[in-house]
Formats: sequence, structure tokens, C-alpha cells
Amino acid sequence: MSGTVRQSTEGTRGIAGRVTRPQAAPVPVRVSIRHLSFFYGARQALKDITLDLPDRRVTGLIGPSGCGKSTLLRVLNRMYDLYPGQRATGEVLMDGENLLDNDVDLNLLRSRVGMVFQKPTPFPMSVYDNIAFGVKLHEKLSRAAMDERVEWSLTRAALWDEVKDRLHASAAGLSGGQQQRLCIARTIAVKPEVVLLDEPTSALDPISTLRVEELIDELKRDFTIAVVTHNMQQAARVADQVAFFYLGELIECGPAAQMFTAPREKRTQDYITGRFG
Amino acid sequence: MSGARTAAASSAGMRRRRRVTNLAGLGFAALATLFGLFFLFWILGATLVNGFAALGPRLFTEMTPPPGAQGGLLNALYGSTLMIVVGTAVGTPVGVMAGTWLAEYGGARPLAGATRFLNDILLSAPSIVIGLFVYEVVVSSTGHFSGWAGAVALALILLPIIVRTSDETLRLIPTALREATLALGAPRWRMIASVLWPAARTGISTGILLAIARISGETAPLLFTALNNQFWTWNPANPMANVPVVIFQYALSPYETWHDLAWAGALIMTLVVLIVSVGARYALSGRRRKT
Amino acid sequence: MAETQHIVRSYSQELQQLRDLITEMGGLVESQVALAAEALATGDADIAARAVEQDPAVDELQRDAEQFIIRLLALRQPVAADLRQIVAALKIIGGLERIGDYAKNVAKRSMLLAQSTLPMSLSGLAHMARLVQESLKMVIDAFGEGDAAKATQVWQSDQAVDDLYNTIFRELITYMMEDPRNITACTHLLFVAKNLERIGDHSTNIAETIHYAVTGNSLPDARPKGSTTSSYNLVRPARDEAAGGED
Repeated sequence: MSGTVRQSTEGTRGIAGRVTRPQAAPVPVRVSIRHLSFFYGARQALKDITLDLPDRRVTGLIGPSGCGKSTLLRVLNRMYDLYPGQRATGEVLMDGENLLDNDVDLNLLRSRVGMVFQKPTPFPMSVYDNIAFGVKLHEKLSRAAMDERVEWSLTRAALWDEVKDRLHASAAGLSGGQQQRLCIARTIAVKPEVVLLDEPTSALDPISTLRVEELIDELKRDFTIAVVTHNMQQAARVADQVAFFYLGELIECGPAAQMFTAPREKRTQDYITGRFG
Repeated sequence: MSGARTAAASSAGMRRRRRVTNLAGLGFAALATLFGLFFLFWILGATLVNGFAALGPRLFTEMTPPPGAQGGLLNALYGSTLMIVVGTAVGTPVGVMAGTWLAEYGGARPLAGATRFLNDILLSAPSIVIGLFVYEVVVSSTGHFSGWAGAVALALILLPIIVRTSDETLRLIPTALREATLALGAPRWRMIASVLWPAARTGISTGILLAIARISGETAPLLFTALNNQFWTWNPANPMANVPVVIFQYALSPYETWHDLAWAGALIMTLVVLIVSVGARYALSGRRRKT
Repeated sequence: MAETQHIVRSYSQELQQLRDLITEMGGLVESQVALAAEALATGDADIAARAVEQDPAVDELQRDAEQFIIRLLALRQPVAADLRQIVAALKIIGGLERIGDYAKNVAKRSMLLAQSTLPMSLSGLAHMARLVQESLKMVIDAFGEGDAAKATQVWQSDQAVDDLYNTIFRELITYMMEDPRNITACTHLLFVAKNLERIGDHSTNIAETIHYAVTGNSLPDARPKGSTTSSYNLVRPARDEAAGGED
């Protein structure tokens, strides 16, 4: 069942079905996680996770603190490799290749799977250089092509109009919301296939949060997206498919509409309605 | 009713006691500050007053004179500057690299802990011991005192300060920035060179400036390494004149003109250290405001 | 209603889709009522059949819209005007669905009535049907435009429908007392009149809901009520104003 996934199609027929899911055809899977377990030293943080990330859809990962959702994200781009004592078993398949293999080129992997962090982290350079930095790591572009790429990423990140007159000024002069959108622009500039967002708006004010959510809506046309959020309402607004984690286990995964109106598992219902966690 | 009144009275008493304690504390702090400032101004004043006679353009254009004659400190200033510059040039890259290794690759490794420990020891080692060491290693083997030996000694004093500052500044940088860089697919060295060092440049620069201020005033190591030179020499392979040793020599002499020159030299050294320290602090706060 | 776009465009689009759904449903129900009125006036069985056939589509629209609304509430956490709009939509589709059912009943009875001769003219009922259709159209327009003033107008015009109902009621009673052979036809006509009056009441309910959704304030409790024929009303006329109708 690795080619397509049924779980992200809406089950309702009629106009609501027509309105919410324009196509009823199954969506191809971009990343397939199979029996993934993760250990911080002796402590097991993820227990036998099997989950599919459908192509060009948003998958929301929710759950109480310490449930392993951020850990899962960091496995997908092998960020845990930095730290000795952290290891993963199982498979993470993308285009038939297991990302957890030792002979995977990590730098290449990270150009295909990008990540945006909770706290905006602009590099100590100009706005232009921030975007160009990632691109230069993997591609050789002429000045004109680079200018175009920078403009493209900033436009896709809904930031171009605000910075086009100050491209060569320091990125540290931007507001928090702008900096986070800059980080998103920086990540998409290398044209990844998958974009991972780790609580991208928890450090932002409500309006900036909504702007980033609108951005995610637009980005999913081109990128497969996974968002970790401890704000369930955000997962409801943004995600097509929601996965609920608890104590390192995947409790339930389903379309957002179904998860938030009629979840199958009692634990999911309890967490979502605020009865525990 | 009376219970409330006594409660009010006791809280009033508590407030009074607190106020008194507060004023006492403030008073002591102020006295301590004045104490320190007093000596600072006294030193500055003393050097200014006593060196006044030797102040003038001659100080910077003429060389150290024979006893009784008028002169300047040109060769000493040149020697000091040269040795400080060479010492800094040698010590800074090594120090920054070592500090970077400690912060980025050291982690929990025993070697990192040992390095930091030894660095701290070197940091607080008496400078005369360092001078003796360099004497043994450089001067004895080359057969003569030299400016190079002096520069090496200064580098050895500068080194642990820079290692310490670089290590701590880099460790202050949030992990998120590192991860964000690596998440783009950057190799480790690229992350360090393109992102971490620029991010840490304010802290590291301050460390370098403070280290320079420190070695500007070191006398003991130079006594055993560069010694002193009456005359001008371009070549650091020869013994070189330098301000601290000149002050040492001239102050102990019976000649009035030499005394004046010694005071003038002391004044210059004090001012240099003061300006570099204040400048470092200003640069730090200025940069912070810009970012 | 809120005209500026939400920052997240898909949310604005979904709210518009909801409005369009309801407008579509309103259109269907309007045509049902028109067909039923025509069937009543002309006695044409085909027209009546069409009115009846449209009902399942209306019911399906109501079910789908309800699902959509629940999904909107779960996934968008609406507040303020958005919340009022969405909850209003929920109530309105219920009202529209009932109107459709009443129209269907009128059409069915008109088929029965066509088979017998009637002792009186149906001009009163025809007039009532026209009034009710006008109210319905106005209230659906009010919803589409977010016009609270129009909604208030509809709310006030229910009085005329109720007066007409009372008149027809008394007239039919008179006919029945005159000649027992009229009882069957007049009973059917009574039910038709009642259905039309209920359509008017539901339109008024919808108008109240629209007014609340747009302004955030409810219309006063004392809805202009003209129905004086309930036994409850005869016993305690003063109280009936606040009760908001019999049935």
C-alpha cells in the first residue's frame, strides 16, 4: 500500500464532498515512514511509527508535550545525526530510497527536505545573502539567475513587497513575523520537495500567524508539507491530514475534517476536546 | 482594632528598617566606587603631571637618548607596536580556532574538558613564568634576545584569553541557528565559517581587543625575551626596544630626563590601554544596537 | 456581512461557498413555492408534481450544507460576525427545508382539490401565496446582501399574512357551516392556508436570524402577530403577543 494513500480523501458525498475535496482520486505518497523507532540514548521516544505523508498536502502533527512529534520531524531530515547517542531504526522512504541509510548524502538530503524552526533564525547577513546562502550550497547560478531566485522565493513567502527596497540591509532589522517568513523563503529557495515546519508560528503574534498559515496554504501547491504544532486549532485550520501522537505512539491519523468532528479513538477525542494532556 | 494597629505599626517598622538597609547598601556601594575612581584618577593625574615635561612631538620623533640628553620613545613605541602586532597575529588565529573547536566539536569529550582546564591555568599563569619559558625555548636556542621572542611571549599571554572568549561567545549562540544552517544542507565547516563566526564577531572582536589591552602592558616577559635596545632596529631578530622595559630601566636610573621619559611612557601606555578597553566596550554596544 | 477578505483566503472562499449554497437552496425553495401556488390556482397536476419532485434535492442540499457547516465550525473556530453568520446559516437551512416541505404539501393538496369543485374562489389563497412568495424572495435577497433593513421589513410584513389567514379561516368555517358537502374541500383548503401561513412564519424566523447575524442584535420579542384564532389566544389575548404564535 505504498503507492497511494486513501487516508487523505474526504468520505462525504454530495456538495460538501464536492466543495471540500475537488478530486476524490487517491493522492500519491511522497514520504513513507515505516516502523520508525527513535532513541535518545536508552530512552525510546518514538515507538514503531508508520505514517504516510501525501504528496503536496499538509500533514499536521499534534499531541501533548514530549509526545515525539518534533522528534519525528527531526528524523526526516536526519537532524539528529548531529548528536551522538541519538539513533533511529526502521525506514523512511522517499522515492524508494531509505533516508536512514548510512550512505545517504546528508547535505543533498537536506536540500530535498527543508526545515523551518520555531524561533526565527536569520543569518547575520543581508536579506539577499540569507536567501542566496542555501542556493549557493547546491547550485551554481549567475548573478541574474540568483536575483531571480531570490525574488521568486521572497514572493512565494509573501515577503517581497516588504523587503524589495532593502534587500542588502541586514536581516536582523526585520520584525519577528518577517524574519520567520524570511526563514521560510530561505528554505524554499533551494527548491526542496518536502518542507518541515516545527511550530513555525508559536513565537509570532496572531496576525503574523495567520499570514504564515495563508502562506502554507499557498505553498502546498508545490511542496509536501509537515507541520508540528501544539496549537490544535492551527492544525485544524491548516492541515489536510492530522496525525495525533501520544507518548511516542501514533494514536490516530486521518483527514482533518474527520479528526475534528468525529475521531475514532477515545484518546484523540479527549486530547482534542481538552480533557487531558 | 488594636490588633490592626499593632500590625500596621510593625509593618511600618519593617518598612523603615528596609529603607535604612537600602540606604546603607547604596552608601557602601557608592563609597567603593569612589574609592576605585579615586585611585584611577590619581594614577592618571600622577602620570600626567610627572610626564608633562617630556610630552611633546619629540616624544614620537626621537629615539631613546643617552643619559642626560633629551630624546623620545620612537624606537620603544615601534618595538612595542611591532611585537604586539606580531603577537596578536600569531595568537589570534590559533586562539579562535581552538575556541571554535572547543565550542563546536568538543562537546562532552574528555579532551575538551582537559583543554579548557589547561587554558584556564595558562590564563592565570604569572607572565614572568611565560617569559622564562620563552627565554629557555627561543632565546637560548637562538643565542640572543630578539623581537621575535618578545612577540612569542606576548602571543602566549594573548592566546588563552582569546580561546576563552571565542569558546564562550560561540557557546552563547543559540543551537537553532546552527540547526537552521545545517538544515539547508550546509557542511559543518561552512556553517562555522559563514554563519557562526559572523554571528560571533562582536564577542570575539571584543575578546581580541581586551587581550591586546592586556599584553600592551606586560613587562616581565619582555625582560627575558626582547630585552631592550638603545638604538633603532628594524629587524625583529635583534633585541628590540619596548615601552614597558624602557620605563623599568629609566625609572630605576638616577637621570632626571630619563625619569620624565619613563613617566611619559607610562602615560602613553595607560592611555592606550584605556582607549582600547573603552573602545572595545563602545564597539560592542554600538554593534549590538545596530543588530 | 464582512466584506474584507480574511488573511487566509481559503477561509473567505469557504464562507462564500456557504453563502452560495444557501442562495442555491433558497432559489430551489422559491421555485417550489411558486410551482405550488400555480398548481393551486390552475389545478394543473404536472405543475404540482414538479413541486413535489424538487423536494428531495432540497433535503439533500440541507444535509450537505449542514455537514459543511459542522466542518467549518470544527476547522475554522469562527468568532464574532463569522460565527453568527455560520450559526445563522445552520438555522436558515432548517427553515428553508421546512418551507420546501410545506410547499410540497400545498402542491399535493392542490392535486386533490383539482378533482373536486370548489364553492368559493381561491383568490384569497392566491393573494396569500403571492404575499408569502414575496416575503420569501425578499428574505433570501436580504441574506445574500447581508441587508438587515430588508430582513426587518420581512419581519414586519408577517402581520399581513396572518390577517389574511384569519380572514380565510373564518370564511372557510362559514362555508363549512353553510353546506356539509363543502367540508372535505374546505378542510383541505384550511390545511393549505395553514401551510402558507407557516411558510410566512418561517420566512419571518429567517429574517430574525439574518438580522441577528448581521447586526448582532435580536429583533424585539414582540413579533407583530395577527393570528387571533387559537383557543389559547381567546382565553388570554394579552399574553399571546410574547408567546410568538400558536401551533
